Amino acid sequence: MSTTTEKVKATLGKRYAREKRFRFYGIAAIALSILFLVILLTDIIGKGYPAFTSTYIKLDVQLDAQTLGVTADSTPEQLRTANYNAVVQNSLNTLIPDVEDRKEKKALKSLVSGDAQYELQRQVMADPALIGTNQSVWVLADDDIDTYYKGNVDRTLPENDRRIKDFQLTWLDKLEADGRIESQFNTILFTRGDSREPEQAGILSALIGSLYTLLVTLALSFPIGVAAAIYLEEFAPKNNFWVDLIEVNINNLAAVPSIVFGLLGLAVFIQLFGMPRSAPLVGGLVLTLMTLPTIIIATRAALSAVPPSIREGALGIGASKTQTVFQNVLPLAMPGILTGTIIGMAQALGETAPLLMIGMVAFIMDIPSSVTSPSTVLPVQIFLWSDSPERAFIERTSAAIMVLLAFLVSMNLIAVILRKRFERRW
Amino acid sequence: MSTLGILLTLTVLAAFSYYIGRKRSLALATPVKRGGNDLHSLPSYYGYLVVIWAIIPALLVFVLWSSLEKPLLTSSMMSHLPAEYQDKSADELSLTTNRIHNLADDPAQMATAEPVLKAAAEEYQQMRSMSQNIKTLLVLALAIAGIFIGLRYVKPKTRARNQVERVVQFLMIGCASIAILTTVGIVFSVLLESYRFFGHVPATDFLFGTHWSPQTAMRADQAGSSGAFGAVPLFVGTLLISFIALLVAVPLGLMSAIYLSEYAGPQLRAYAKPAMEVLAGIPTVVYGFFAALTVAPFIRNLGESLGLSVASESALAAGLVMGVMIIPFMSSLSDDVINAVPQSMRDGSYGMGATKSETIKQVILPAALPGIVGAFLLAASRAIGETMIVVMAAGLAANLTINPLESVTTVTVYIVKLLTGDQEFDSAKTLAAFALGLSLFVVTLILNVVALHIVRKYREQYD
Repeated sequence: MSTTTEKVKATLGKRYAREKRFRFYGIAAIALSILFLVILLTDIIGKGYPAFTSTYIKLDVQLDAQTLGVTADSTPEQLRTANYNAVVQNSLNTLIPDVEDRKEKKALKSLVSGDAQYELQRQVMADPALIGTNQSVWVLADDDIDTYYKGNVDRTLPENDRRIKDFQLTWLDKLEADGRIESQFNTILFTRGDSREPEQAGILSALIGSLYTLLVTLALSFPIGVAAAIYLEEFAPKNNFWVDLIEVNINNLAAVPSIVFGLLGLAVFIQLFGMPRSAPLVGGLVLTLMTLPTIIIATRAALSAVPPSIREGALGIGASKTQTVFQNVLPLAMPGILTGTIIGMAQALGETAPLLMIGMVAFIMDIPSSVTSPSTVLPVQIFLWSDSPERAFIERTSAAIMVLLAFLVSMNLIAVILRKRFERRW
Repeated sequence: MSTLGILLTLTVLAAFSYYIGRKRSLALATPVKRGGNDLHSLPSYYGYLVVIWAIIPALLVFVLWSSLEKPLLTSSMMSHLPAEYQDKSADELSLTTNRIHNLADDPAQMATAEPVLKAAAEEYQQMRSMSQNIKTLLVLALAIAGIFIGLRYVKPKTRARNQVERVVQFLMIGCASIAILTTVGIVFSVLLESYRFFGHVPATDFLFGTHWSPQTAMRADQAGSSGAFGAVPLFVGTLLISFIALLVAVPLGLMSAIYLSEYAGPQLRAYAKPAMEVLAGIPTVVYGFFAALTVAPFIRNLGESLGLSVASESALAAGLVMGVMIIPFMSSLSDDVINAVPQSMRDGSYGMGATKSETIKQVILPAALPGIVGAFLLAASRAIGETMIVVMAAGLAANLTINPLESVTTVTVYIVKLLTGDQEFDSAKTLAAFALGLSLFVVTLILNVVALHIVRKYREQYD
């Protein structure tokens, strides 16, 4: 054997070992990335799923006219301002008698959420005949109590280290023994706006705000993006300075940090044009500028995938260039364009930073009614809640994240299905 | 009429003008066999022609008027204010303007307002409703006049198709130019505000100063009355966090791209690739939440058990999570360039007896290097510009340190910090955010241009 072969043979083991190691690094890299994804999702889901239930306490309330200060014949305005608070207080006092200490009295009241009296108010206003009767009502428990029942308060800790005191625990044990404590599905999360009280906070206003913002974004970015892409792909002269400039610009805009778009929105739309702050209209405009590059790039790819024979066929029977593009090429490219648009919309839905700049961080309880009314969006709501000190907001933040991710996943699924369904081999 | 009302009316007018334009053209046409008068274009093009005449001028006036209305009315109203209001500083003047706008929007506040402001607000309300009325009249008159003008052009000889197509092309060019307008808008707005900032604070102080404390005290005699705007700690903090992020993303992204494109079978590719792409689709606010609530405490506890002192908002936590976010970005870009290396180069290497990993390391990676460098630069630009993760997981302390266990802060954190909340718009503090934005824009722009240039220049230049 020649010396070269010997040399090769001698190093062969080492080389194979190196090969194996290299492969291992590759697998490890993929496994690590996917592991991160799994950890992230389990963490969020683990934190968030308790938010889908809330704890309710059953109260026996006496809706007597004297305590309320109204009768069944009172006007709605009087019914609205009646003293439901006293009714709640009384029913708590009968449930847990012999509470004398002022501090304990206050603690007793804080077992139930501030929403309890409004729950009574809603029931009475819906049916004034309830006045004078005795009712059992399930009312929302305070977030501290809710947290306790979800197992996030350690009873064995020293009393001073937890938010629920020993005397409260004995009350709760008594209530539980009476079957007065129950966990129900948290409808409030989906039917109400933001609140400072975690147990009353919901994501509906943020969802509606997101919807409006996305509508504005879609209404502007889809036609503009598609038109721009058609021009660049089908009509624009090649080797033209302006066309090249536009192309370079679009590629650059796709990589500009999103917060810079926020600065643009703040300086131009809000300061220069005096548009309203924290409105979906301005948010949509800013997100339009951000998603345009995505849509343009996707549309161009879809257009260039349509074979020239289609164009030549149309041109050959006398169609103009514009007719060819709009009546023959564009319909064939539509699935690709829609896929790109959905992906762009999904990006816009998850975007937060530029919206902070235009004032969408405001605390807003009301459900927005139009594109110019103040509102917030889902990611910003998540950002706001993540900053709240209450323990109960952590699970609500995670739950809101789960809702947001569910939307994103379904949008991406639609895009994938669309692509699979209409994929065409020429 | 409200804005929505005007737009709806215009839509109705558009539909109407299409209808009558088309109808008129059909009425004008006579069949060829009866001697002639043939239409140049299809009837629908005559309809579109009338729509164009009806809508475009009206819409242009509408947009222009709406966007200039508020600033013009405001300046006219402010010039009528008594002299003692006129002489106020710019800050106070803008406060007064806001107050008057609020008054005009909300009649409930009117009763309690100061008489001068109340008068101004009433005047503003009046001018606003007048402007709204004139706008409505003008826009609708233009639209109706447009229909009449358009109808005059509905003749068999009119080359309606060519005219409509020319307008469509102009519209498309306009849409494409929005990209340029956006860039110009960014540059101008950020430059202008930064210029005002550098009027307060010298550019050298901003770029080379090592002390960042933008809080300005209320009174001149308090400590820290002027604030300090040395941005070096922010730049260093940004670079530190980006460096950590790239340390995670580049090896993981590159190795997964290599494995997926060179080793993996179609089965693994079909599942692993989309799974990694999910990482890219997760909103950054979610990563921020994860970094702040899970990763940062974990690192802190880990550090403490090892006897290290770790800040509760360490650069490490933000950087690690940001790195995970960038992995799919890095891997898909590298995947593209690795796939672009022609098979003949691999075959040549195998023919020489090289193993797969040797081929990758000595042939494919060098060949793909420019593309990988481009991907690296784009990933770096992304890390530098990332906002939510650092806003939520990095601290606010502008420490000048390269210790990843300490709390640092970044440019984007302070842009958000300075511009959220209630501030007047002319203080150095608010304007500083635009100066930071300018530096961010310039740095990422350079990185992007270089990266795009490299990627484009070296792509597919093998044969």
